[in-house]
Amino acid sequence: MGGGLETPGLKVRDLSVVFDGMPVLNGIDLSVAPGEVVVLLGPSGSGKSTLLRSVAGLEKPVSGEVKWGDEDLSGVPTHQRGFGLVFQDHALFGHRDVAGNVDFGLRVAGMPSAARAHRVTRSLALVGLDGFESRRVDTLSGGEAQRVALARSLAAGPRLLMLDEPLGSLDRALRERLTSDLGSLLRRIGMAALHVTHDHDEAFALADRIAVLGGGRIDRIGTPDEVWTDPGTVHAARCLGHENLVELNSAGECALGLLGVGPGTVLVRADRVLIEPFPGDGELTAEVKTSSIRGGRAVVVVDVSGVMLRAWPRNVLAVGDRVGVTLGSGAIVPLKS
Amino acid sequence: MLRFRSDCLILAVVLLSGATACGSDDSSTTVPLISDAGRMAEEPAIVVSPLGPVTLITHDSFLVSEGTLASFTAQTGIEVIHQTGGDTGQLVSSAILTAGNPLGDVMFGVDNTFLQRSLDAGLFESYKSPALSGVPSELQLDPEYRVTPIDFGDVCVNYWIDRFGDDLVAPSSLDDLIDPAYADLMVVQNPETSSPGLAFLLATIHEYGDLWEDYWGALRNNGVLVTAGWEDAYYGEFVAGGGDRSIVVSYASSPPAEVIYADPPVDTPPTGVVTGTCFRQIEFAGILAGTKHRAAAELLIDFLLTPTFQEDIPLNMFVFPALAAAELPQIFEDFVELAEDPHLLNPAEIEAHRNDWTERWTEIVLR
Amino acid sequence: MRRIGATVAVAFPAAFLGVFFLYPIGAILFRGLGAEGLTRLIELLKKPSFWDVAWFTLWQAAASTVLTLAVALPGAHLLARRQFRGRSLLRAAATVPFVLPTVAVGGAFLALFERLGLADGPLHLTRTAGAVLIAHVFFNVAVVLRTVGSFWEGLDPRASEQARVLGASPVQAFRWVTWPQLWPAVAAASSIVFLFCFTSFGVVLILGGPTRATLETEVWRHAVFRGDLASATALAMVQLAAVVAIVMVTNRLQYRRAVVQQPVRRIAPPRASLRLLAANLGLLATVLGLPIVVLVERSLTRGRSGGGWGDWTFDHYGALASRSVLLPASALRALGNSLLFALVATGLAVLVGGLASLVVVHGRRALGRAFDLGLMLPLGASAVTLGFGMLIALDEPPVDFRSSKWLVPVAHALIGVPFVMRTVVPTLRSIDVQLREAAATLGATSVRTRREIDLPIAARALAVGAGFSFAVSLGEFGATSFLPRHPDQLTAPLALFRLLAQPGDALRGQAMALAVLLMLLTAASVLAIEGWGRRGAVRGDL
Repeated sequence: MGGGLETPGLKVRDLSVVFDGMPVLNGIDLSVAPGEVVVLLGPSGSGKSTLLRSVAGLEKPVSGEVKWGDEDLSGVPTHQRGFGLVFQDHALFGHRDVAGNVDFGLRVAGMPSAARAHRVTRSLALVGLDGFESRRVDTLSGGEAQRVALARSLAAGPRLLMLDEPLGSLDRALRERLTSDLGSLLRRIGMAALHVTHDHDEAFALADRIAVLGGGRIDRIGTPDEVWTDPGTVHAARCLGHENLVELNSAGECALGLLGVGPGTVLVRADRVLIEPFPGDGELTAEVKTSSIRGGRAVVVVDVSGVMLRAWPRNVLAVGDRVGVTLGSGAIVPLKS
Repeated sequence: MLRFRSDCLILAVVLLSGATACGSDDSSTTVPLISDAGRMAEEPAIVVSPLGPVTLITHDSFLVSEGTLASFTAQTGIEVIHQTGGDTGQLVSSAILTAGNPLGDVMFGVDNTFLQRSLDAGLFESYKSPALSGVPSELQLDPEYRVTPIDFGDVCVNYWIDRFGDDLVAPSSLDDLIDPAYADLMVVQNPETSSPGLAFLLATIHEYGDLWEDYWGALRNNGVLVTAGWEDAYYGEFVAGGGDRSIVVSYASSPPAEVIYADPPVDTPPTGVVTGTCFRQIEFAGILAGTKHRAAAELLIDFLLTPTFQEDIPLNMFVFPALAAAELPQIFEDFVELAEDPHLLNPAEIEAHRNDWTERWTEIVLR
Repeated sequence: MRRIGATVAVAFPAAFLGVFFLYPIGAILFRGLGAEGLTRLIELLKKPSFWDVAWFTLWQAAASTVLTLAVALPGAHLLARRQFRGRSLLRAAATVPFVLPTVAVGGAFLALFERLGLADGPLHLTRTAGAVLIAHVFFNVAVVLRTVGSFWEGLDPRASEQARVLGASPVQAFRWVTWPQLWPAVAAASSIVFLFCFTSFGVVLILGGPTRATLETEVWRHAVFRGDLASATALAMVQLAAVVAIVMVTNRLQYRRAVVQQPVRRIAPPRASLRLLAANLGLLATVLGLPIVVLVERSLTRGRSGGGWGDWTFDHYGALASRSVLLPASALRALGNSLLFALVATGLAVLVGGLASLVVVHGRRALGRAFDLGLMLPLGASAVTLGFGMLIALDEPPVDFRSSKWLVPVAHALIGVPFVMRTVVPTLRSIDVQLREAAATLGATSVRTRREIDLPIAARALAVGAGFSFAVSLGEFGATSFLPRHPDQLTAPLALFRLLAQPGDALRGQAMALAVLLMLLTAASVLAIEGWGRRGAVRGDL
């Protein structure tokens, strides 16, 4: 985090925002390097949107600073920050057609109309909406509207693109497709992006780095691999989609054995829970409680003496099967509460 | 949307039924002033006369003490329904518009400046009240007795006493008002929009005859200020309301009102009246043509000239009783100086020239 | 059920307008024009003085509207987009000028000009067109502040934020994004303000001085003072024709586009910065507050005004409870009457206006436009014409209504209906668009959710309109004074007028005290009505 003074990119330092006396953001430190995609992950109410709005200059922080390189943006009004922001419900201008929406930023910047038309065509092509220029915005589908909103932000040529749950209101299949489209688009054009979501799958699909937000603070930040293998806190582990959170007693024990040095919660990494088809082959025995196939991979929940563990077996198992369970090396990750 | 609609439908039905109920509930609107439930119970039962009820239409300024109209009902058994309908001009115009299907049986409030118009419109039926014998003949302007004089009042130039003294004595005549010594001191009302304004114009016409235009030219040169109505003259520009002007067109009864409604109390009025400038306004009552209660209406006209009613007039309406024998309240005796020879013009002459006069006036004073 | 509902929605407002407005107005115009009417009309049109009056009427109304917008729009923004303590109080307090009788306010303005040194000197405001314009701003700021403010509040703030993020300065964002969305509400409010000023009466007479006249004052002068019904009618015809033309033009402007409104605020509006608050409130306080302060001061002091501060008293308020010699009923009773009339008038206005709004938005186009035009006209018709028209038209069964006290709230409701429609129609229209959009982009369940969200929006708009119509009724003087009534049925503005008709400081103090009570009653009622509307908005039922 943080770089040399001359490194360009977004730097947020010790940022705090208060609404009606309630702290919403509490000392946030965050940076986004050029070309990097950082995903803010957190449940609703964790302050993700507020962080984006503060970076955009739409909220006024009570303390802390927002910088681009070594340029302090504190006194810079929103429209001069050069950041793009795509809202969840796309906020298209209903009184303008698609082209009128996409060229808005260019128009206020005073770009001549011929150049504008060219940029609009290119931006629409980028998001796969060639030829949509003269469509009325209220005739667009949800996915199309979101892509117009994206094209509109890109056309203005921001140095940082912020996306506030842009896919949140779409159905699952569309969301997954657009997530991958968005990821490849951002990488293709090398755009620095700060993306907000509460969906860990989306976060892992897009992010160069993931920052997990909770209680107005950043719980954990790192590459997807780093944060997944070591979430750090219970909250972060939950946000990231971990389900095998096991409570230990005061001696650091649970049904799986001695896993720690005292009371607390540990994460049992699902990818390190090894399932053996024969109960005797594992260190522990367990019964399969649920079994399904997700994303082309078998997923089971097994009951180990009352502790439910999710695991990814090599073979498809049936509910009620008795199996052996071994916790592989690095399976146990201690968490702070 | 459907729910919204059905809600509205229910509301509509409720309100519609309410509206018709209200519409048919006319008795509630015509509660007689005197049938105050509490008092009715204490008084001996009134024998209801088949002649009534009689509806009395007046301007908004008509006011009597509580119980005054009740005494009429007590005597005659005729219920009085009182309705008001705006100022004198509105009253007369309404009556003309509803002629033939009148709003009531007796109308009170037409004055000598509107008299001819209502007579020309045939608003009233003739009735010579026996009580007229007690009314001075100069108040009886209609030889056919279509209207009966009930009260009179004078519109006079008033002045703020404190602003005058040895250096500048208070004005005492119309002539004084064009004296440069009184420059920029006077405020009058537009005769096109104000009844006292018109009265004052008529006073000057009566005084100067054909030369009235010159008089007003001189008044204008002397810095006379014109307002649309009495309220903005008296309360806006006159000293009484915090203004700068110390001479105003108002009423002969304004000084006693200034004492009665003083705050804090005072012993003598702060204003005086220039008696030589007064124009007499006489208010009449008449039986509206088309009445279905002629006999009751006659009794009501008679009642309006009884001492009971006449002596109730001054402190309610701040005008003077037409009945010569009626006693004036002490405060009127103390502070009212009635002009002995007030300006007065024939109603027919007023009606014939009024629009020409006010138009000429507008050109002289306002253009 | 649906069918019956639709029929009632059309029939009830149509019958209301027909019986209580079109028929009386038609009757008086027909009667007034009579045989010599046309010649009189032609004579009138040939007079240069008529054209002076017509021109003054028109330009002062236009200038007053523009000035009102200039003063009120920043305030509307503040109400819609910023949080601060006393926000709903300000919203309610802004309606107060609306109910103040011009006799009382006229005096306050004159005193104020005097005290601020504007009466003479370079500005010389007393008895000028400038004074008329300032007073019109005073009376009408509330219309813009509240109708535009409530609509603005319903607009999704993200559109303008999006514009800002795309590089638009605050001014550009307003110009290119907010203004086009806000425009229907601004047009609706402007048309109301324009009509109010177009038919201005007391303000013109008292503050404009004796040389200024509007068509309205001329109709009154000819009908009441000169007894020249033919000329009055000819003038009224011209006035009505102008009003029809104005309403048609402004309606056309409003039809241009409906705007999507957001149902429930998802992002708390930012707190207003002190500087922004101070600048806006300072402006409003100057225009609205100062004359009111003068009124309050006068209601609490003894003796001549200018006699100085210090001699404070509550006596004037105490005196209102007893029947003054000049009033046929106590002033408090008059306040009670006003309250009752206002309740009935508001009920009627909400019913008629609500149904008519449904027809305008969802009904057949021609019918909707006819309603939109017809129900707006009472706002621009002269009180004299309407009052006299009711007298001669509603005089025989089946509608022998002319002596009923309920004619007063009916007349008030006629003026209240346009307010209800002007706040409800733009909102309903936006909901309509939103439903279609939701249907296009989301699933059917979302459409249902939207409906549940939309009713509260409609409730909010309805409450704003109801609050207005309540205030209009509380303060109405002109039409009321033309309707015959039992003296006990005195309304507060009439009582106030009567108190000011005699000399005496006590009477004037009482009149001012009554004006202050009327203001407080108005603010409290509007606060209550809007509170109801907002609670409805939260609960989600009407």
